[in-house]
Amino acid sequence: MELVFKRPECLIDVPFHFCPGCHHGIAHRLVAEAIDYFKIREKTIGVASVGCSVFMYDYFNIDVLEAPHGRASAVASGVKRARKDLIVFTIQGDGDLGAIGIGEGIHTANRGENITLIFANNGIYGMTGGQMAPTTLLGQKTTTSPYGRDFTYDGYPIRMAEMMATLEGSAFVARVAVNNPANLMKAKKAVRKAFQMQVEEMGFSFVEILMSCPTNWGLSSLEANRRVEEEMIPYFPLGILKERKMADYL
Amino acid sequence: MDQNLEKILVRGNEAVAMGAIDAGCRLFFGYPITPQNEIPEYLSKHLPPLGGEFIQAESEIASINLLLGASATGARAMSSSSSPGISLMQEGISYMAGSELPAVIVNISRSGPGLGGISASQGDYFQATRGGGHGDYRMIVLAPSTVQEMYDLTCLAFDLSDKYRNPAMILGDALIGQMKEPLIRRKPQQMDLPPKDWKLTGAKGRKPNKIKSLYLQEGELTEHNWKLYQKYEKMKEEEVRFETVNTEDARFVIAAFGSMARVSKTAMELAREEGMKVGLFRPITLFPYPEKALYDISTRVKQFLTVELNTGQMVEDVRLSVGRDAQVFFYGKPPGALPPPEEILEEIKKYY
Ligand SMILES: Cc1ncc(C[n+]2csc(CCOP(=O)(O)OP(=O)(O)O)c2C)c(N)n1
Ligand code: SF4
Ligand SMILES: [Mg+2]
Repeated sequence: MELVFKRPECLIDVPFHFCPGCHHGIAHRLVAEAIDYFKIREKTIGVASVGCSVFMYDYFNIDVLEAPHGRASAVASGVKRARKDLIVFTIQGDGDLGAIGIGEGIHTANRGENITLIFANNGIYGMTGGQMAPTTLLGQKTTTSPYGRDFTYDGYPIRMAEMMATLEGSAFVARVAVNNPANLMKAKKAVRKAFQMQVEEMGFSFVEILMSCPTNWGLSSLEANRRVEEEMIPYFPLGILKERKMADYL
Repeated sequence: MDQNLEKILVRGNEAVAMGAIDAGCRLFFGYPITPQNEIPEYLSKHLPPLGGEFIQAESEIASINLLLGASATGARAMSSSSSPGISLMQEGISYMAGSELPAVIVNISRSGPGLGGISASQGDYFQATRGGGHGDYRMIVLAPSTVQEMYDLTCLAFDLSDKYRNPAMILGDALIGQMKEPLIRRKPQQMDLPPKDWKLTGAKGRKPNKIKSLYLQEGELTEHNWKLYQKYEKMKEEEVRFETVNTEDARFVIAAFGSMARVSKTAMELAREEGMKVGLFRPITLFPYPEKALYDISTRVKQFLTVELNTGQMVEDVRLSVGRDAQVFFYGKPPGALPPPEEILEEIKKYY
């Protein structure tokens, strides 16, 4: 019998530590599948950001480098500039990229660094226990927005994909979700496309994945999936925002 | 590379850039700040034709993290800045020390605190030698006092940082960075260095390499910190460098580094002309500090004058190094003009 669903070669055979229902594990899997698809495992470097995805090196069967909080895209650019023949990606949380590391993220995209950035947007600081993130929705209660996020105090949730798409340096920008099978299939395609862009040296590729954090949202896995659909997607619309067809500089 | 043994007249900052190129550095990341701009300017011109990379980053935070990434591939890479920019780099330097990544960071320091000014200062001595960032780590710190040393020590910094898998810093200042002096661009022999089997090149035909500073398992971080400590101890045994002038017959020794050592040397000569037996002790490695050498001198010499372009930082290391019966005086100048040698001579006369 043909095995149709198996562990990607790129993942080590250990269980994820993520909380039940957390989408980080799915994001890891999508990345691993894309790396397997292009047969680039032996020349891919992962850059771990500080957030719940920091333990990337325990799961990916590839070379991994850990970056300081917020600086993953700068670190990834440094790797790539030193070794342009390698494939370099990072998974950054919304605190990591949208707050402390927004400068590095924007300038990495703007320089058109030929790397792939997976943006794990769960609207909260997962690792530190559920504080408000730059992507926390208006009215959403977190441990540091106990009355609900109020724009008069906290500003508005940042739409990173839209911002990245405005930059001339970005080649591929998409926003996807993984809360149901239909969205998951589209997410898989987008992540694969992002790596394809890098393999073809088209420039900076960016996929924002709307993710759940059932633990810090205080919801069950199913409720969290529903919240992605009902509350996040209306504010963070899904789709491909930008796709460069040929490398402009060629 | 052709050895160019002719003397060329260059600025200290250019000598650093030339040293980096001759040491095989092909990647540079930096953000403009006075008084070190000649370094990025030189490298932005000379690296691309060599197939290298120059990025003017959006900040020193980005610079140090680009450096961290490049270094993880095993490449020789460098960043330079001046005091406020070096402050911004501290988290990244701490990560590099924790992750055991080599790289060279140049601080052509200016005066502070805060925006301070662009005049020469030695106010960053503590920051450079005490770790600077968070956590229990040290950095190799080399303090040039001539343009020739700006070149030579930059080359050496690359070797030492590779040897110890630890960031190394060149601590210069506005004076040495801007000053023009003759340089012989003689590429030094590279040290015998261990292979970089830790570097990230893609896990082909080997187990994946992981470079990180996070250690959460019981006891792991304790062990890691002791391992780092052993490296610093080894540096103290093997890498101490210093210069002594006229210390053999001296009754009185001036301790100074970098640009202040130049002025102090002239002051020493003036004192000698007046018949005073004054010597000079100039640490070249600020970490590891030449503790033992200084102690040995203090078995013969009982009076020391530390001269610094600050209100007193290296003087602590001098006090820690010398024997208990030695007296350590301090003459400091907060940033601004360098004191003339006559001023230091007056100080010597107070105690001699
Ligand atoms: C300089 C610095 N500031 C703060 C932290 C603490 N910290 C660790 S992870 C994190 C935020 C994580 O949130 P996010 O990036 O959204 O990732 P998630 O865990 O939600 O996936 C913070 C603030 C840190 N490690 N370093
Ligand atoms: S805290 Fe949230 S983001 Fe982190 S593993 Fe748990 S569910 Fe996932
Ligand atoms: Mg988050």
